[in-house]
Amino acid sequence: MVEVSRLLSHYPADRQKSALLPVLHIAQKEFGGWLNAESMDYVARLLHIHPIEVYEVATFYSMFHTEPVGKVLIEVCQTGPCCLNGAERIISYIEKKLNIKVGETTRDGMFTLKGVECLGACGYAPMFQIGETFYEHLTEEKVDAILADMRSKNS
Amino acid sequence: MGRKLLLEHIDKPDINTMEGYIRHGGYRSLEKALKTMTPDAVTEEVKKSGLRGRGGAGFPTGMKWSFLDKSTDKPRYLLCNADESEPGTFKDRLLMEKIPHLLIEGMIVSSYALGCRTSYIYIRGEYMFILRILEKAIAEAYAKGFLGNNILGTGYSLDLHVHPGAGAYICGEETALIESLEGKRGNPRIKPPFPAIAGLYNCPTIVNNVESIAAVVPIVNDGGEEYAKIGIGKSTGTKLISASGNINKPGVYEIEMGISVEEFIYSDEYCGGIPNGLDIKACVPGGSSVPILPKQLLFKQSDGSPRLMTYESLSEGGFATGSMLGSGGFIVFDEKACIVRNTWNFARFYHHESCGQCSPCREGTGWMERVLHNIEYGHGKMEDIDLLWDIQRKIEGNTICPLGDAAAWPVAAAIRHFRHEFEYHVKYPHRVFDADHVYQPEMKMQTV
Repeated sequence: MVEVSRLLSHYPADRQKSALLPVLHIAQKEFGGWLNAESMDYVARLLHIHPIEVYEVATFYSMFHTEPVGKVLIEVCQTGPCCLNGAERIISYIEKKLNIKVGETTRDGMFTLKGVECLGACGYAPMFQIGETFYEHLTEEKVDAILADMRSKNS
Repeated sequence: MGRKLLLEHIDKPDINTMEGYIRHGGYRSLEKALKTMTPDAVTEEVKKSGLRGRGGAGFPTGMKWSFLDKSTDKPRYLLCNADESEPGTFKDRLLMEKIPHLLIEGMIVSSYALGCRTSYIYIRGEYMFILRILEKAIAEAYAKGFLGNNILGTGYSLDLHVHPGAGAYICGEETALIESLEGKRGNPRIKPPFPAIAGLYNCPTIVNNVESIAAVVPIVNDGGEEYAKIGIGKSTGTKLISASGNINKPGVYEIEMGISVEEFIYSDEYCGGIPNGLDIKACVPGGSSVPILPKQLLFKQSDGSPRLMTYESLSEGGFATGSMLGSGGFIVFDEKACIVRNTWNFARFYHHESCGQCSPCREGTGWMERVLHNIEYGHGKMEDIDLLWDIQRKIEGNTICPLGDAAAWPVAAAIRHFRHEFEYHVKYPHRVFDADHVYQPEMKMQTV
């Protein structure tokens, strides 16, 4: 709540809706990596706006998830420049390794694999993002090590 | 070695800290502007510099500033567009990650010139780790008295905040960015009114790219005329180029405007040539939205002179034989790269990123993606190529914002210059099932 008050102070008193995106980021992190109706309603009350104003925003932006995701969300860049440097091979490798397709979650709820559009790392391809971290210049060996590390941290 | 105005000290290990940045000459423009110049004098220097918007459109920054409505007593806002999402572009990220104070210094000086009391940096949500870097640097600037009330005792006050997006390419369009900052979906607004008259909260607003704002620092330090001495014609100063794709040395390079495309690709100072002994096939010189250029048009203008890294030279010949400098997202394709596959990939990108407001874009981007997918995977028909041409033509110019054009241009240019590769896919479907398939030049058919 301290963080929410700090964010609200960035915008004019009569324009508190401006804090919606930053507050939704916090809510998603706090409520298990995705936004259900209750958490969106809670955000609406915090900002004194209608729930529909939160829903329409949450469904517009690709970083907000309105369905459950695994503990570790792997977002692989699949846009042109990354593909010129092997992004598609890395995606296939992760699919095979985790035995899921892009868009799916492993049965144990540990990993979700998502293909995303350009993350601004074209020169360091192939790459994926987990949480706030960019993992770049990926190889199969690097992927193995990162996923093993993630699994042990989140078990 | 070309002159570096922005990235000169990027390799200094402490350049990300306040002390390090000041030790290497940082925050001089702040002292100079606030203590010795009027706000209008700062704007005048930016006009003299010839600086053009570095986000992609290339509109003169000083002229944009001069449109700001100063006749009302409403607050004015400067918004920094750090939504960098154009495929192939990663220059702003580097600048903010390594030299955050350069952007902050530029924001303070620019806000002073425009008479803003509150300014925002709108950064794409995926760059949350950079938001943290910027917030730390902003806190340092407050502690030093460079932000907040009565900066350096001059009576000028400014608050600066960073605001995250949440994954939407369209929010790099300035009116969508404003909508997003107001806590709404990123649907672009119909212009006019332009943001300079009615932008954030209906107040006069200027939106500038990260690199444009950073460039204000050397412009104020050395004077606009000095800045304008670098470059050729209306392409003045230095430009950050993000180089990616099939090159030996991908990365961000600060170039003096006016070096040749050939030098940029083959010199060891920059891209270092094409790996694996392969030849170059094509290049998208300014981010995914700009037309792709085949090798034979890339290095020479239509008059036979070398093509240069400038706004004018890259667009010479219009879209028939030219492209655009755009955001400086420089994507290189070697001879094995499949143009159809890349065009499908970009079409999928624009379909995903269309905000859905305008029918030609909402429906057309998805339609192009599906047709291109069919061709790429060996299910295309010859008439699909003309169908694609028809769809892109009906999107271009028929939408509220330029995303429609940005989706249409790559498809149009790919067909214009590489029609034979599309025909190859239709004619030899069994050869293109494999994702790594290579177009065989000896199979080249008559271009129709």
